[in-house]
This record gives sequence, C-alpha cells and structure tokens, in this order.
Amino acid sequence: MSEWTFVALLAVISVALPAVPIVAGRLLGPRKPNKEKNATYECGVETVGDTWVQFKVQYYVFALVFLVFDIEVIFLYPWAVAYNQLTLFGVFAGIVFIVTLAEALVYAWRKGALEWV
Amino acid sequence: MGDIFTTISTFLIGLLTGLGVDPLLAHIIVAFLGAFLIANFVLLILIVNIWLERKVIGRMQDRIGPNRVGPWGIFQTIADLTKLVSKEIIIPSGADLVPFMAAPIVAVASVILVWAVMPLAKTAIGTDLNIGVLYMVAVSSLGIMSILLAGWSSNNKYALLGAFRAVAMLVSYEVPMILTLMVPVLLSGSMQMGKIVSDQQIWYGFSMPVAALIFYIALTAEIGRSPFDLLEAESEIVAGYHIEYSGFAFAIFYAAEWAHAFTVSALMAALFFGGWQGPFAETIPTLGIVYFMGKTFLIYFMSMWLRATLPRVRIDHTMSFCWKFLIPMSLILITLVVLVDKLAALAIGESYLDTTTMLAMTPRSLALLAVNLVTGAFAVWWIGVMGRRERERLAALEIKHVVIETSAAGQQAK
Amino acid sequence: MAFTPVTFVFLLMSAFALGGSLGVVINRNLIHAAMFLMLALFGMAGLFILLEASFLAAVQILVYIGAISVLITITIMVTRRIMGTTESVNKQWPLAAIVAAMIAGTLGFVLLGRFQNVEPVGAVPDTYIAEMGKALVSHQGYLLPFEVASVLLLAALIGSIVVARE
Repeated sequence: MSEWTFVALLAVISVALPAVPIVAGRLLGPRKPNKEKNATYECGVETVGDTWVQFKVQYYVFALVFLVFDIEVIFLYPWAVAYNQLTLFGVFAGIVFIVTLAEALVYAWRKGALEWV
Repeated sequence: MGDIFTTISTFLIGLLTGLGVDPLLAHIIVAFLGAFLIANFVLLILIVNIWLERKVIGRMQDRIGPNRVGPWGIFQTIADLTKLVSKEIIIPSGADLVPFMAAPIVAVASVILVWAVMPLAKTAIGTDLNIGVLYMVAVSSLGIMSILLAGWSSNNKYALLGAFRAVAMLVSYEVPMILTLMVPVLLSGSMQMGKIVSDQQIWYGFSMPVAALIFYIALTAEIGRSPFDLLEAESEIVAGYHIEYSGFAFAIFYAAEWAHAFTVSALMAALFFGGWQGPFAETIPTLGIVYFMGKTFLIYFMSMWLRATLPRVRIDHTMSFCWKFLIPMSLILITLVVLVDKLAALAIGESYLDTTTMLAMTPRSLALLAVNLVTGAFAVWWIGVMGRRERERLAALEIKHVVIETSAAGQQAK
Repeated sequence: MAFTPVTFVFLLMSAFALGGSLGVVINRNLIHAAMFLMLALFGMAGLFILLEASFLAAVQILVYIGAISVLITITIMVTRRIMGTTESVNKQWPLAAIVAAMIAGTLGFVLLGRFQNVEPVGAVPDTYIAEMGKALVSHQGYLLPFEVASVLLLAALIGSIVVARE
C-alpha cells in the first residue's frame, strides 16, 4: 500500500461529500425557473451589452510574473531539501540563482509591470 | 490510553482480519475510515468556527453576537446552513452548467486534500508524503482554478471581473507564501510534514519570526480574509465571483472559505509553532492532538482579532505591498539566512545541526534569530522610506491640484 | 497480465490523459477545451505518481495546472466573447489527416519496437529529493543547466514584459 493511497481515498471522499447534497438538492429541491430569477444580476438593472470584460494587460502580466517565480521556487525546493548537506559552494550556486531572479523582479518593477492600473 | 490512534487502528485491523478480510484490504478500509473522519471533521468544525467568530468579533465590537438560537446562540450556524440548503439553486440564464457546478466542489476538495499530510500527533498523520510541503502547495493552487471557473460560468460581467481580481491577488500572494514556506524545509532538510514537526524542539516561529510573519500575512491574503477581503466586500463588488450562486452551491463556497481559514491556521501551527510538540507529547501521543488543536485555535483567534480590528486594504495597495515589499523581503531573508547558517555550520561543526533537544538547537536558533532581527530592522526602515516617498508623491499631486484650482478660480474671477 | 489495483489506476490515469487531450483538440467551446486540458494534465500527474516520481507529479500540478492553465484560461477569457464557439473545420483537412496518420504510424512503430523487454533501472531511493538538490549544484551534476535555467527565466520574463507593453 503506497503512501498515495490515503490521498486517493481522501480525493474521492472530498469530491463525493459536497457532490451528494448538490445532486440531492437538484433532485428533491424546489425548481421553479423564472425569467426574472434567472436573469443576470447587475445591481438590479437590466444587463447592457455582451458579458465581456475590458482586457487589462495587468491580469496577464501578474499571472506571467507569478509563473516565472513559481518555476524558480520549484528549482529551489530540492536545493533547500539538500541544504544541510551542501558545501558553501553549493549554497553560493543557489544564491546566484536567487539573485538572477531578483534581477528579474527589479526589471519588472522598474518597467512598471507591477503597477495595478 | 496514551496512544489512541495506534490502539484504534490496530483494533480495527485485528477485527477485520479476524473476520477473514485480506490484510491489505483491511488496511485500506481503515485508511478510508480515517479519510472519511478527517473530511467530516474539517467540514463540521466550521460550525463551531463560524459561531466562535461571530461571538468573538461581536464582543470585540462591544456587542453580544448571536444569542437567540440555543444557549449562547450555538445553533445559529446550523440554522443558517439549514436555511441555505432549503433554497433553490438558481442557474442563471446562459450559464455553463458543468463549470458552474464543478467550481464549488473543486474549491472544497482543494481544502480538504491539504489535511492528508497534516501531522495531528506523533502517530497520527494521514500519509507522511516525502513531498508533503510541495503537495500541500500544489493542492491549494487547485483552488485558484475553481475561482476562474466560477467567475466565467456565471455569465455575469461582475462575477468575471471579480474572478480576475481574485485570481490576480491570490496568484501574487502565492509567491511570498511558497518562498517563506521554503524556510521550514531548509531548516529540517526534508519536505515531510511529520519530520518538520518532530524537528521543532525549538519552534521555528521563535528562531525565524520574520519568515513566520511574512508567511502569516501571505496566508491571510490567500484565504481572502481581512484586511485583504476586498474580493468579496459587499460595498465593493457585491460578493465578487460568487454573485450568481445561491442555495447549497453557495453554502459550499462559504464552507470552503471557512474551512480554508481553519486549515491555514493549522498549517501555521504545524510549520512554525511546533504542531503537536509540547510537554510529554512524545510519550503520550494523544496529548499531541490536544496541543495541535489548541495552537490552531489560538492562531485562528489572532486572525479573528485582525479581522475585527484592521480596515480593508485597497487593491492596488495590496498588490504593491506584495510585489514591492513582501517578495523582496522574502528573497533577502532567504539569501541571508542561507549564507549565515552555512557559515555558522562550518564554523561550529557537527553539533550545529543536532535537533534532538532544545539545548542542542539553541546555537542555530540564536544565529537565525539574529539574521531575522537584522532583516526585520531593514524591512521596517525600508517600508518607512517607501511610505515617505508615497506621501511626498501624493503631496506633490495635491499641490498641483490646488495650483490648477486657484488658477482656474483666478481665471473665472476675471 | 494480472489486473491489480495499480493496473486499474494506470488505466484510469491514462484515460484522463488521453481523453483530456482528445477533448482539448475536438471541443468547439474554448473554455471546455481548457477544462479538458486540466484533466489531461491531472492524468499526467497521476502517471508520474505511478512511476514513483512524486516530485514531478507535484510540480506538474503546481506549475501546469496552477499557473499555466490559469494563464491560458485568462487569455481565452479576455480575447473571446463569452461562450463563443470556434469557426468551422479547416478546408485542408484531408491532407492534414493523411499527414497525421503518417506521423502516428511512424511514432507507434518506433515506440512499440523499442519497448520490448525493458527493465526498470533501479529502485527510487527514499532520499531522492536531497540527491536531486545536491546534483543541481555540483560540478559533475547539473550546475551549469541550473544557472542557465535562471538566466532563461530572466530572459523569458523580460521578453514577455516587452511584448505585453506593445
């Protein structure tokens, strides 16, 4: 029995546990769809225009910078696990890695990519 | 009665194999029971948490809180949830049914799955994965997807806008979270949650207070609680990405949020405050879970306290706080810690990395504490500088504004 | 071949991976395609777990599903009108079908021929993450690729910010 068996069991339970009442609710609960009730909510007024959001580059840029830092941290985790057994040289190698990515952060900062418009 | 977990599990396995069940299947059945128990515990404890929060915040705001339904209002949450369950789940017109229904389920699943690696006591842990910490982060990142799905499938501009803002904020605060999460991993040399907790003869919160603080702030933002609850503030964007959810689907989102708050306090307790460590916890494992729950509730009380006290932070301030303060601070902290710790280890020798007793860990803790205090002082100075710069910028804008106004008034007077 | 629980999990994960990929390519609705992509990546993570590469599985979920899928979904959502469907099938589909069949045939032939009588290289040691960490910073290991990766990430970030500002 591998260590992932518990995770698989918990995954099945955690999906089933909320799903069962939802399904039960759909089958047993009141269901009176009504044009007014089903209309999209817009603070009480009728919807104007297509449901479409103005494209702000910011959302994309934040996700992108997050992606770069995510990958950086992925590289750093094995280094951190091996940290206690590393030599000073190994530690310096890791610091060089971190500094390079700090440069990336400084670049993004100076170019105004981290502003929220 | 010292070790109820092992006692119960060996009893059950013995019972099942006695009935002729294959031993492997018996193990799986007992694991299933454990998983079921944990999942239910996480979802049921929020009934206590919601009541506790309402009472505590009420008292902090000099009022009583719910006290009608049952003695001291303890059945209030049950009444609320019963009401929610009996309401119809209204599917808005044009909504995409599969993501609409899947989003709350993924949100709850991503919270419950974290408990698979939570060390409850010395002998009670769902499964001590050797990538425990990374697994935890991976699973919480599934919750981000559920927000996008919810926002999109509601077919509502405001839900979509709210979902984008929520995702941008959550994704930004995930970076300092995973950076400072590297600190317990660095100190224990392992990603196993069980090992991280059992190594904490001196709690990591004491030897690395700045890292613990940054982690706590990042977690508070991740769960969308005050002072970072811009995403669902009623006056801002009306309920954000779950505007169109009603009835039981909304109840599940609600439950997921509260469960997440509790899970995050438990994580903080396990990683930085010793988890189940405490007097006699090694020899009497049952005490371990008592200590763990105690610490979790204390940290949860802290988060309630913050919620009752602090005003909401504006979205652009939230983002610049994260990217321009928390992340540079975490990077600087990790660099300094790693350097100083390795130099000290080379200077002192083998005994530096000993984690058997509190005394053995003191030199390392003191060294790390020194680095933290230096970084903390630098952080305080830096935030002072940035604050001053921001105030001067705003003052300059105001002067321009006043100049424009006076010249306009002057022109009008002519 | 014995039908153990492991076989069942393998078939399930492969079904996720293959079915998900098929769903991505076939689906008209882009958001549904993105959801199928997540299913396919989840299946891949499951396959990594079966191969005892749990670190890779966690990385797959964290980076691919948690970051890249989010990025793709955000891009889809802001560049398409809501619930939009894609245009109809490309006019050159017969030629594309022939080329695809040829590629599939070649790949299948090579793969099936190669994987006869393979043995696992060895057991995965318990301390494999620490070994990986040490290898990442050792001369005989992957030090140069490690540092080059950081420069690559820097370049990627600079490039994407430059492009995004256009």
